[in-house]
Amino acid sequence: MSVDVLVIGAGPAGLAAARAARRAGARVVLLDSSDVLGGQFWRQPLAGGSDADIRALQHKWDRFVALRRVLTDDPDCEIVTGAQVWAVDRRDDAPPVVHALVGPADGGDRRRRVFVPRALVLATGAHERTLPFPGWDLPGVYTAGAAQAMAKGEGVAVGKRVLVAGTGPFLLPVAASLLHVGATVVGVVEASSWRRIARGWVPRPHELRPKDLMSKSAELGGYVRALAARRVPYRTGAAVLAAHGDSRVTAVTVARIADDWTPRQGTEQRVEADAVCVSHGFVPRTEIAISAGCALAADGSVRVDEEQRTSVPGVYAAGEITGIGGADLALAEGEAAGRAAAGRAGGAAEVARHRAFADRMHSAHGIRPGWKAWVGDDTIVCRCEEVTAGQLRTVLAATETRGLRSLKLSSRAGLGICQGRICGRNVEDLLPDAPLDPGRTANRPIVVPVRLGEIAAPPVEREV
Amino acid sequence: MKISVTVDGERLGAVAGQTVAGLLMSRGRVSWRTTSRTGRPRGLFCGIGVCFDCLVTVNGLSDVRACQRRVADGDVVETGAVDER
Ligand SMILES: Cc1cc2nc3c(=O)[nH]c(=O)nc-3n(C[C@H](O)[C@H](O)[C@H](O)COP(=O)(O)OP(=O)(O)OC[C@H]3O[C@@H](n4cnc5c(N)ncnc54)[C@H](O)[C@@H]3O)c2cc1C
Repeated sequence: MSVDVLVIGAGPAGLAAARAARRAGARVVLLDSSDVLGGQFWRQPLAGGSDADIRALQHKWDRFVALRRVLTDDPDCEIVTGAQVWAVDRRDDAPPVVHALVGPADGGDRRRRVFVPRALVLATGAHERTLPFPGWDLPGVYTAGAAQAMAKGEGVAVGKRVLVAGTGPFLLPVAASLLHVGATVVGVVEASSWRRIARGWVPRPHELRPKDLMSKSAELGGYVRALAARRVPYRTGAAVLAAHGDSRVTAVTVARIADDWTPRQGTEQRVEADAVCVSHGFVPRTEIAISAGCALAADGSVRVDEEQRTSVPGVYAAGEITGIGGADLALAEGEAAGRAAAGRAGGAAEVARHRAFADRMHSAHGIRPGWKAWVGDDTIVCRCEEVTAGQLRTVLAATETRGLRSLKLSSRAGLGICQGRICGRNVEDLLPDAPLDPGRTANRPIVVPVRLGEIAAPPVEREV
Repeated sequence: MKISVTVDGERLGAVAGQTVAGLLMSRGRVSWRTTSRTGRPRGLFCGIGVCFDCLVTVNGLSDVRACQRRVADGDVVETGAVDER
C-alpha cells in the first residue's frame, strides 16, 4: 500500500491528524507503540471499561469514540498498534524513512516494518517532568501521570494514602482519578501561589471565547467538586521537600515555598503517606523530530508554522511536541497538520484560540528556580546511573565544562537506559550558567533501546 | 478473560489486558528490582515507558518494561524480587 501520510502517535493530535488527512483524500498509516488508541488523554483498559468508570475518568469520550470508529472502519487508513518507531533516516528534501518494530512491548521477535512516506505527521506527545528531591527514588514516589495511567488503564490505585504534588491543572484530574479507584488523597499540594495562579489565568478574560472558558471551567470545576466532596485539602505555595522511608515511602515533608519556589525555613510538616505523585509539567517527546532534522524552538519543543509545518520538507508536527497545551490544542493542531500533510490549507485559527490557554497555564504554573534549594548534595539527579547533585557539582568544578555532552560523559548523568529523559532538563537547569548546547539531552538517534537481533533482521516490507 | 501467569515461581491469576506492572501493583508490590550501583529498590515510576525503572524479565528475555508489556496466558515473569516483605 502506498503511504501518502504517515502519522506517528495515536493520541488526540495523531487521531485528529489521521482523520483530517483521510478527509482530504490521502491514504494514511497511523502508528502507535501502545496497543490501544487514545494516547495519554484517552487511556483506557485494553478490555474496555465500564460505563461508570468511563464517565468518571474520561473527558470528551464521545469525541474519541467517534474518531476511533471513523478510522478503524476506513480501509484507506491502516492502523498499526504495538508499533514502536525506533529510528528514522533523513532524506534530502523529503520526509525521513521511518523504522518500526511491531509486536509486544520490548519483545524479542517483533516484526520490522519500514515506511517511506510522502508526508509525515509527528504526534508523539510528552512525558512528565519531575523535579528531584531527597528520597524521590524511593518506591512509592511516582509521576502524577503514572498514577493516572494506573487508574485509567488498570483500575489500580498506586497507594492507600496518597499525596499529589507539583504544579499545574493536571494535579486535579489525577487526584480525582485516585479517589475513583479507592485511594484516600491526603492532599493536593500546588507550588504556585494563589496570587501567581490568579495573575496567570485571570487577566484579559475577553480574549477567551466564552464557549472555551465554560468548557475548561466545567472540566476543572468537576474535579474541584470531586475533591471537595471528599474533603481533600488543596494547598498552594507549598511543595514536597523530601520523601522518607527505608525500602518504600512512609511519609513526606511538605513546606511552604516563596514565589520563586525557595522553601520557607521552619514551615516543614510531616505527612504520613504510602505514595506521593509528583508532576512539574511535561517535556515534549522530540527525539524522532530531532533525528528527522526538525528545528526546535527555544523551549525545546518542535518549531512549526501556522500550518504545523516543521523546518523539514514534508514533515508536520502536532500536539504536545510543539509545546505543552493540553488535549484541545492537540486536537486542533492535529486537524491542521493532517489537512496540510494531505495538501490542503486551513485550521490555523482554531489552533491560535487554544494557544491562548496554554500561554496562561505557563505563566500560572511554570517551574521557578528556587527548587534547586531543596536539592541537597546527596539527592539523586540521574535515577538510572544514580548520580547525585553533589557529584554533578564536583564534576562541574573539576572540569569547568558548560557542555552537556562532556558533562554527561564525565559524570554519567543522562547516560543510563532512559537516555536522559527523566534527568535531562533538570541537569540543564542545575548548571550554574546556560549550557553551551541546550536541547542536547534530547538528541537520541536510537529512539528506544532495541535488541540487536530484531534490527539485524531484514525488514519484512518496505512500504513506499 | 482470566489467565494465569507465573511471577517469581508463583502461579497467579491475572486478567487479559493487564500490564505486568498492573498485575504486580494490584497484588500490593511496590518494588521489583534493585539498582546496579547501590542496590536500591525500584518499581514503577513514570508509568508510560520512558523511565525504564520498572524492568522485569518475561519468558527469559530481560529488560522488559513492566508498565508497557501486557501479560499473556502462561507468561513466566521474573523480577529482581525486592519489596518490603
Ligand atoms: C502519563 C500522562 C498522563 C496524562 N493524562 C492526562 C489526563 O488524564 N488528562 C489530561 O487532560 N491530560 C493528560 N496528560 C497530558 C497529555 O499530554 C495531553 O492531554 C494529550 O494527551 C496530548 O495529546 P498528544 O496527542 O499530543 O499526545 P499523547 O496523548 O501523549 O499521544 C502521543 C502518542 O504517541 C505515541 N508515541 C510516542 N513515541 C512513539 C514512538 N517512538 N513510536 C510509536 N508511538 C509513539 C505514544 O504511545 C502516545 O500514544 C497526560 C500526560 C501524560 C504524560
